[in-house]
Amino acid sequence: MQVTLQVRRFNPEAPRAQPYEQEFTLDVPGYFTVLDTLIKVREEMDPTLTLRCSCRASICGSCAMRVNGHAKLVCKTKLTSVMDAQGKVRVAPVGNMPVVKDLVVDMKPFWDKVRGVDPWLQPQGPEPKDEYLAPNEAMVHLTGVMMCIMCGACVSDCTVLEVDSNFLGPAALAKAYRFVGDPRDGAAKGRLGKLSEYGGIWDCTRCYECVQVCPKGVAPMERIMALRDKAIVAGFDKAIGARHTIAFGEIVGHSGRLDELRLVPKTFGMFNPLHLPNLLGMIPVGLRALRRRKLPPIRHKSIPGVENVRRIFKKVEAGQ
Amino acid sequence: MAVYEHDVLVVGAGLAGMRATLAAHQKGANVAMITKVHPVRSHSNAAQGGINAALTSRGDSWEDHAQATVKGSDYLGDQDAIEVMCQEAGDAIIELEHMGVIFNRDETGHLGTRRFGGQEVARTFFVADITGAAILQVLYEQVLKAQVRVYEEWFVTSLVMADGECRGVVALELMTGQLHLIKAKAVVLCTGGTGRIYEPTTNGLVVTGDGLALAYRVGAPLLDMEMVQYHPTTLKGNGVLITEAARGEGAYLLNAKGERFMEKYAPKLMELASRDVVSRAEQTEINEGRGVDGCVLLDLRHLGKEVIETKLGYINEVAMDFLGINLAEEPIPVRPGHHYQMGGIKTNVLGATSIPGLYAAGECAGVSVHGANRLGANSLLDTLIFGRRSGEAATAHAKEQSPKEVPESVLEADGALIRSFLERKPKGDSWARVRLEMGETMNQYMAVFRNEEGMKAALNKVCELKERYPRLAVQDKGQVFNTNLLFTLELGFMLDIAETICVSGLARKESRGAHYRGDIPRRDDVNWLKHTVVSWTPEGTQMDFAPVTITRWQPQERRY
Ligand SMILES: Cc1cc2nc3c(=O)[nH]c(=O)nc-3n(C[C@H](O)[C@H](O)[C@H](O)COP(=O)(O)OP(=O)(O)OC[C@H]3O[C@@H](n4cnc5c(N)ncnc54)[C@H](O)[C@@H]3O)c2cc1C
Ligand code: SF4
Ligand code: SF4
Repeated sequence: MQVTLQVRRFNPEAPRAQPYEQEFTLDVPGYFTVLDTLIKVREEMDPTLTLRCSCRASICGSCAMRVNGHAKLVCKTKLTSVMDAQGKVRVAPVGNMPVVKDLVVDMKPFWDKVRGVDPWLQPQGPEPKDEYLAPNEAMVHLTGVMMCIMCGACVSDCTVLEVDSNFLGPAALAKAYRFVGDPRDGAAKGRLGKLSEYGGIWDCTRCYECVQVCPKGVAPMERIMALRDKAIVAGFDKAIGARHTIAFGEIVGHSGRLDELRLVPKTFGMFNPLHLPNLLGMIPVGLRALRRRKLPPIRHKSIPGVENVRRIFKKVEAGQ
Repeated sequence: MAVYEHDVLVVGAGLAGMRATLAAHQKGANVAMITKVHPVRSHSNAAQGGINAALTSRGDSWEDHAQATVKGSDYLGDQDAIEVMCQEAGDAIIELEHMGVIFNRDETGHLGTRRFGGQEVARTFFVADITGAAILQVLYEQVLKAQVRVYEEWFVTSLVMADGECRGVVALELMTGQLHLIKAKAVVLCTGGTGRIYEPTTNGLVVTGDGLALAYRVGAPLLDMEMVQYHPTTLKGNGVLITEAARGEGAYLLNAKGERFMEKYAPKLMELASRDVVSRAEQTEINEGRGVDGCVLLDLRHLGKEVIETKLGYINEVAMDFLGINLAEEPIPVRPGHHYQMGGIKTNVLGATSIPGLYAAGECAGVSVHGANRLGANSLLDTLIFGRRSGEAATAHAKEQSPKEVPESVLEADGALIRSFLERKPKGDSWARVRLEMGETMNQYMAVFRNEEGMKAALNKVCELKERYPRLAVQDKGQVFNTNLLFTLELGFMLDIAETICVSGLARKESRGAHYRGDIPRRDDVNWLKHTVVSWTPEGTQMDFAPVTITRWQPQERRY
């Protein structure tokens, strides 16, 4: 079949280096992946086309790229699944990392973040002579996270990283979960404390992008949510995000629906000098809401049948 | 110009390289690691099935593991080295577990095992079917913790010699295109296999035999280069691997008639006979017309969805991605495919080569524990045991050396070679075409079945390609991340090694392990229970032979 790859190229050594698009049209077998096609272009049409790849079997993590605007592992992406009606596929380097040349990016920001979560096991107490005992379920559960091949697809498409480079991001946080969730690790409390700080678990907006683009089913966002639960249980409930979550639960548990007017001060604390600027910062939002008649009612009434909601909350809490 | 200097420099960041680096670090060396790809992209990540060890603390016998390895090697493995490896295996597994590898457990929470080929005892430890990746990630965590210097995406182009000793490397920094000199009192080569010499192969695109060629070019001999493993279960088309663990968990091999044909070839171990035996059986079925479209079938259906999903999830993913096959519902077509290099740079059990200051470990080394045929799940073990040993030995060696002057003129030869590729105008031929012709030739003649005529044809072809090589041009003229240049340099390494494979194959006039000659189908212990040793000379390859070390297992006929 015929396919046209539109590749975003960049030659850093060209005079006035600017990214540009180049099209390659070629005939390939129907089972070809995007990577097979890029390699064919590189070997038969244009040897200057530059990309990283090695295993061709979605395990080395080298070949994350944006295909039609979304991060994908190109060795795992069949052409037929991404071609448009004209047989065209757009390929560009991953996002949120500086481009070095063509489809190659500088992964330093990615690895700096991974390094930032102290990514090694920290057992406590004397080392046993033989192996640590651990339930197989715990190991199988962690295998889901260990599947991460550090490809950077999630980091590429993370909506928070796009605006705040301080965020640890999905891959590093999933890696952190791999230790917090490991029964052999003795440093969970310290880890959770650090992760609750600025740039950590509470900065994710739960946009779900990382879960969608991850080629290995690691589901980073779900790991981040699990870390949040563990952080609150471990007593790290003072971070704004944690307070927000707790306040949200309290209000809904009480009246059956959200009361934004109480949520804001409960999150920031009425008299907390640290968060006073945050609290004051919400006033213009309130005023705008008032002008547009979007302000929630001052008197917050419970919904009919609120007893049922309360019963559900009681059950869930008892279940924990 | 910046000068880089270390006690020990480890080339390669796969399992062997990282283990060597950690060992040198623990012994107090100023050690650095240099790698042409980021450490976690190293091809060790592709190892799926597991790693062998006899845990004596739970009653397994390392002697039994050693015996299976000797038999698997068709008696060409050196038994002193095999004893070392099998004896130290248990500690290596426990050490990995303590570092954080999330090995599968049994019901009691202890390490669990599965069965692998060529052995009757289940002693293969594993992490689902991502064992290599799971260990590689954890060793990298330890390297990060140790804060060792890593020259990442630096490509070693040659070894630096001074007064007959290895004293460092010349390397191309991919990001800048600069050539650098890195001085070291000892160098450990851990550069992995030679897969890309063949087409197709289960190996990744970065597996190009660089270390073997680096050592060979400075005079270190290569051992048993004819011993090339074809894995029995690779996917049709792109040659991607389906792990032996599938058969370890109980999968069947079927021919076109639906027969479990291994009954005829290995009635006792069936699908789990050693790899050379299974690959030959499959190829015989295919050649005699009982194949399915050039393949046989691997049937996992009776294992059930749960086992497939929890223990073989990755190959399930691969089968679905590439062939659209759900392993729980349909058998999958497989065939023997190029997989592993048993031979390598000749070393002793400390990883020392014949050149002072030069060490080697992992797939690039020939210790030799694999002999004529490697058992599944013994390679990861080999990387860890001899990685550690060579890191320690290199440190001990470095501590005894005083600094030596190395002139920067050592950069000139590689600089000139690179300039010649860059300055030449392209004339139609390309590195990709030469590589493909080499790969297809090797896969045709240096494969499961060989004979004199075919091996000569392969050697002739490789010599022709070697003549074309120096006339190639690199079309990308840039400095930054010039992969066109990189692949061209790698091709030069591969051609040298392809030649040694053909020459060694022609030299061995018998059939043993992976080296099966249709024209001489018998093993000949009287004349050929010895290693082939090939060395570089200005006049061309030179063949020698070396005795096999036998400690306690005398050669016997091999039956499975
Ligand atoms: C698909 C597959 C599955 C396998 N499954 C198993 C299994 O289940 N069990 C088992 O025991 N074995 C298995 N093996 C074999 C085993 O994985 C390998 O033999 C082993 O991992 C090799 O490790 P290594 O450290 O020697 O080399 P590698 O992991 O290949 O590392 C080589 C390193 O050298 C570096 N390098 C190479 N050349 C240069 C250069 N010129 N300059 C700088 N750096 C360089 C690379 O960047 C890389 O870091 C499998 C192999 C394959 C291909
Ligand atoms: S869910 Fe969170 S971590 Fe994942 S992409 Fe969105 S913001 Fe980033
Ligand atoms: S979590 Fe998924 S997308 Fe992110 S780096 Fe790991 S494998 Fe890639």
